[in-house]
Amino acid sequence: MPDYLVRLVQMHESFRQAELQALADVAEVPIEFVKYDEESPFCIVRLPSDSAAKAVISRSLLSQGIYELWGQGATYDALHKSVNDVSSAKWAQYESVPFRFTLDCYRGTRDQTQQREIIESFSYLGFNGPIRMRDADASFKVFEEYGEKASEPKYMYLGRSVAASGRDAKTTYDLKKRHYISTTSMDAELALVTANMALAAPGKLFYDPFMGTGGFPIACAHFGAVVCGSDIDGRSIRGTGGSARKGQTGKFDVRGNFQQYGLESRYLGAFVSDLTNTPFRLLQHSNPASRGGYLDGIVCDPPYGIREGLKVLGSRDELNVQERATHKDRYREPGYIPPKKPYSFTAIQDDILAFAAATLVENGRLSMWMPTANDEDVELVIPTHPCLDIVSVCVQPFNKWSRRLLTYRRRTESEIPEGGLESVKKEYEKGVKADELNDFRRKYFEGFKEFERLRQEPGTDGANYKADDSKGVSGRWREKGGAN
Amino acid sequence: MKLLTLNFLTCAIKTCKTSPSSFPLHPRDAELEILETDINLPFLKNILPRLMWDELRTITSELGLPELPPAAPTREDLVEPGAQAAEGEEVEEQPSQTAKDLHRVLLETTVKEGKLACGNCGHEYKVMEGVPNFLLPGHLV
Repeated sequence: MPDYLVRLVQMHESFRQAELQALADVAEVPIEFVKYDEESPFCIVRLPSDSAAKAVISRSLLSQGIYELWGQGATYDALHKSVNDVSSAKWAQYESVPFRFTLDCYRGTRDQTQQREIIESFSYLGFNGPIRMRDADASFKVFEEYGEKASEPKYMYLGRSVAASGRDAKTTYDLKKRHYISTTSMDAELALVTANMALAAPGKLFYDPFMGTGGFPIACAHFGAVVCGSDIDGRSIRGTGGSARKGQTGKFDVRGNFQQYGLESRYLGAFVSDLTNTPFRLLQHSNPASRGGYLDGIVCDPPYGIREGLKVLGSRDELNVQERATHKDRYREPGYIPPKKPYSFTAIQDDILAFAAATLVENGRLSMWMPTANDEDVELVIPTHPCLDIVSVCVQPFNKWSRRLLTYRRRTESEIPEGGLESVKKEYEKGVKADELNDFRRKYFEGFKEFERLRQEPGTDGANYKADDSKGVSGRWREKGGAN
Repeated sequence: MKLLTLNFLTCAIKTCKTSPSSFPLHPRDAELEILETDINLPFLKNILPRLMWDELRTITSELGLPELPPAAPTREDLVEPGAQAAEGEEVEEQPSQTAKDLHRVLLETTVKEGKLACGNCGHEYKVMEGVPNFLLPGHLV
């Protein structure tokens, strides 16, 4: 299989390889990673053909494009020798083709004269076709990779462009331009990456149990899946709760978002429900007559209990006879609001896994976001289920905490270990208050106290933080753990 | 809410889930609306084996929609038997009338207002502005 060079973006590093692997799975092509480094935006993969390379990369969010590798080396002499060894058989094909030749320097720059010199040094390729900076039939690129603050590149590649990535979607679905969003909407790029990880594709059925204003279902619909969603708060679906945008009034709802992107035909609809009392048909393992799963994928960002409260149906205290009677009498009244109670964070994670195991088709995927306090990174507590395999764990670090995207695959019936389904009854945090039920929430708010103390001690980490702050939110994301 | 959704939904009450009569939910006083969309043949083909056909027929007859055939169609039934593809040439598959009818029922017919009732416990879930509400009142959780 030929070697291809993938030009990645240098952010969300831990998601990049997992995304490429997922896209190869969607396209049903084998992919082999020859060279991959978290610190570098250049990755070499082996794929069967140009068309396979195109199929993989055209949906990718975390890369810019894929190139047929024509040579590589640590110096220009080594690169020219490698180009001669690897690709000399291909030169003749491009002899009279309209072409373009450009330079891409990572962490470095070259002025116009230097660029020209470098490009001219490849004149032995013998391309005599017209030069076209736009719509060229063949596009070649020299890539230079520099070390931190280095003046000379440490490694270089020559590649022929095969296909551009699908990164444009990031702009199309930008939250700033979306008609209806809420305070906790996931940014478009990561929502689309999540859809990729869960293998959203034409013909498939996807579901988001915590849809809010529909960011994840929209991302899955972009890749062709038919989607539905639910939320415990019906106002976010119908849009009667108002918009999160300052000064925006009028009717905004999830359907309107689908209309904005022309994806209405893939929107099955939404309903108001609670995951712990879901109306979905569940696979009963004890009953062989019940049919298998029917969802191809589940994507979600459940409430962590910080900005969005983590609540489920039920009452904090057991209802007495009289209260029950009142609910029974009143629930049909139009203004009736069912009681909700705070819920354990570990319990909801396990509930999501159990739900996925009972509704996904074999080899269907679950991709869900979960927070992890940074200081807990040492012992990652990743929830598991006997019917689910962990496919990938990708971490997005923030200043004081981090969150991760967990992707699971529903095992086939024959892969499920015998007796594995006799569900392990777990002990969850007991209590009725949100803090007692949610370790992460407690740590998050305690973390703020510590952070305040650091800010008041000049010359310590607190000062560092201020410097970092000037980079803005995305700058801090890129700065992996920079402020800690 | 498109009708296909009813193929996946039962009563939200846990004790009803094990009872066969909790599926399908029965639409009551339903106000239907047709929202025309492009036919999605790959999706219909993928979803076909996951349809609970008999229950789907119950729902359509309760809603007074045209009757569905007694036996579920096969994937082949969804594709128009077209001209044989020439050697090495790929012909795009055309949806058959069966596929178009199924698309009409499952993906264009929507429930706008009304109620969905459980056949086991009789609990009714309200549908408002096309969004059904499955939240259970305090005494049923």
